[in-house]
Amino acid sequence: MNFDYSDDQKFLKSEARKFLDARATAKVNRAVLDDPTKSYDPDLWKAVAEMGWLGTAIPEAHGGLGLGHVELCAIAEELGRVVAPIPFASTVYFFAEALMLAGSDAQKADLLPKIAAGELIGCFATSEGPGAVTADRLSCTVDGGKLSGVKIPVTDGDIAHKAVVLASEGGKPSLFIVDLAGVARETLKTLDPSRSAAKLTFASAPAERLGGVGEGIALMEAVFDRAAVLIAFEQVGGADKCLEMAKEYALGRYAFGRTIAGYQAIKHKLADIYVKNELARSNAYYGAWALNTSASELPIAASAARIAGSEAFWFAAKENVQTHGGMGFTWAVDCHLYYRRAKQLGLVAGASRSWKERLVSQLERRNAA
Amino acid sequence: MDFNDTTEEAAFRSEARTWLEANAPKVNLSGKPEAELLKLAKAWQAKKAEARYACITWPKALGGRGGTPIQQVIFSQEEGKVGAPRGFFDIGLGMCIPTLMAFSDDATKERFVGPAVRGEEIWCQLFSEPSAGSDVAGLRTKAVRDGDDWVINGQKVWTSGAHYCDFGIVLVRTDPDVPKHKGLTMFWIDMKDPGVTVKPIHQMSGGSNFNEVYFENVRVTDSQRLGPVGDGWKVALVTLMNERLAVGGATGPNYPELLSLARSTPSGDSSALEDAAFREKLADWYVQAEGLKLTRFRSITALSRGQTPGPEASIGKIVSANQLQAMSTEAMEVLDQYGIISDPELAPLEAGFQQSVMWSAGLRIAGGTDEILKNIIAERVLGLPGDVRVDKDVAFKDMPTGL
Repeated sequence: MNFDYSDDQKFLKSEARKFLDARATAKVNRAVLDDPTKSYDPDLWKAVAEMGWLGTAIPEAHGGLGLGHVELCAIAEELGRVVAPIPFASTVYFFAEALMLAGSDAQKADLLPKIAAGELIGCFATSEGPGAVTADRLSCTVDGGKLSGVKIPVTDGDIAHKAVVLASEGGKPSLFIVDLAGVARETLKTLDPSRSAAKLTFASAPAERLGGVGEGIALMEAVFDRAAVLIAFEQVGGADKCLEMAKEYALGRYAFGRTIAGYQAIKHKLADIYVKNELARSNAYYGAWALNTSASELPIAASAARIAGSEAFWFAAKENVQTHGGMGFTWAVDCHLYYRRAKQLGLVAGASRSWKERLVSQLERRNAA
Repeated sequence: MDFNDTTEEAAFRSEARTWLEANAPKVNLSGKPEAELLKLAKAWQAKKAEARYACITWPKALGGRGGTPIQQVIFSQEEGKVGAPRGFFDIGLGMCIPTLMAFSDDATKERFVGPAVRGEEIWCQLFSEPSAGSDVAGLRTKAVRDGDDWVINGQKVWTSGAHYCDFGIVLVRTDPDVPKHKGLTMFWIDMKDPGVTVKPIHQMSGGSNFNEVYFENVRVTDSQRLGPVGDGWKVALVTLMNERLAVGGATGPNYPELLSLARSTPSGDSSALEDAAFREKLADWYVQAEGLKLTRFRSITALSRGQTPGPEASIGKIVSANQLQAMSTEAMEVLDQYGIISDPELAPLEAGFQQSVMWSAGLRIAGGTDEILKNIIAERVLGLPGDVRVDKDVAFKDMPTGL
């Protein structure tokens, strides 16, 4: 049994923590959060690119480090811990994963090295309005290699160079790579301004198909599976940080003559957070294993990782605010950075409601087989 | 990251499997009365001890194998697959004998360790009392010194297996004039002593898995004392250190059985499995149940690497007991009015969910209540302070009792 990070992976993770503790402080997040003209922190992005992290799972032949997805998960956990204000998830978990999953040799050779080098910010554009996107409701279309329609919200859509877009061509949903240079974009006001999002309006934008005709929905789901596992690690990292914050605050806060960390109302709350975090970590590890080995269990493993990760991070984030009492509700205390990010991560790859339905459908098939 | 054995582990697994295939009793255990199960279990334990599979991590001199914790895990996994009769010796070998080994003289060890390993003698643990459960150090069974002997009077409760046990370790009060933790002493006793009376407890679930044990002028020699007089609490902590390993998580129907039940139960124009609210809950339980299984894999990984498992193992019972209660409740909901029927001939799964809805209420209490387990996580894992205590500096006899 070898169901944990290896020593090398632990070393990578601890180096990542040291680096991020120094470079990705809450001040860095707040600089983006507090400034409506800033969509991300370009300096941190550049530093992360120089560390080689963007190419962690990209093969060496395409300019990456050629490590693997477990290593990428380790880095994701650390990025989640510091609520990093950079387009890492959009570029690496979605855009690069979509390319590695469905790209032609030429597409990979063209784009993966640019991602690894930090020259290309990517995004993944599927949502078109309220409710989860389906083939029937898809309104973006491609005609003669030109894409038209509206995508909203697209995380990092306002700063990305290229997007992978779900659109319908001849009535069949497919994925397309679109250069965003000439596309109209409007930054949106969202719950977590430390991660920007945009409305993209395509008007006959040149589009190059990614993957097979009519494979759009299946590919989108497969990309979501991969991203869900990686995001689950960001969620676990964020949830663990919330538990630490709540613990530290409670130990230092005195009420009724003693530290509030000694009252069962607080102790049991923190124990509940711990339990959820551990379940989320275990499910995330299983997702990492399935992703790293391209196991047929990936859709089920990813669903479980996503459901547990979203639940744990949200619970930890909201109870962290609660433990901080009135201070937790102020802008000055960092609790809300995690409260915001928990919601952002919990929705960016689709809501838990949809994942639970997907999970049960798969269990039904497995149970019937 | 993978789920594979190392080369050495694979070799041990294959060796264990070969031995189990050749030696495990091929009997159907379901529905057999306890006396018969006990006989089968004793025979099986003796066979395991002979082949040095009984206490794998113990030194060879004590009847063990001198093996590693991961070998113990591997053997238990393989033993579970062949459905061998076991469970009777877990408390004795997991808690009582290790306490004896830590605190008794060589003659006592010589006398008792071997027969326990071979399953010839079974041990129970006598700590809890009617007015000392979560706060076990508040116990009142007392031992009074009489020459070279001690005389024990009082009552214990929730003692698993007392009715078939030969010996037990008992925690008693030897000094009521000092604060409660300081006046305790541990002894080993003969459960067949005429002064010991065992009465089964009739549980709300209908069964009787535990006992009350009464002591009436039970005389023990001072040589039966384990650890110094007044040091019983420290001795008990050594015993309890092993409890989390001995008391496992919930067993009973799980999400696959619930899924099957919902599939085969009509609801509206379709089955209960089509109900969106049901599906959402099922997904949550899958995630929890798998999360627990995978958390165990993380602990096993630590053993495999020669490390001590992390504190994540402490979440097992609290999650599984609550989940069993919640899933069983949902099963009743799925069955609608029919859910109330607990007749195994009529209710699906031989009334497994109906039994679990009753049993799970006890599981949330046994081996540490939900509330105590949360305190343990908060204090030992997260390092938070202990609760406010008003009994630390008060002599036991002056403490309020509510009686």
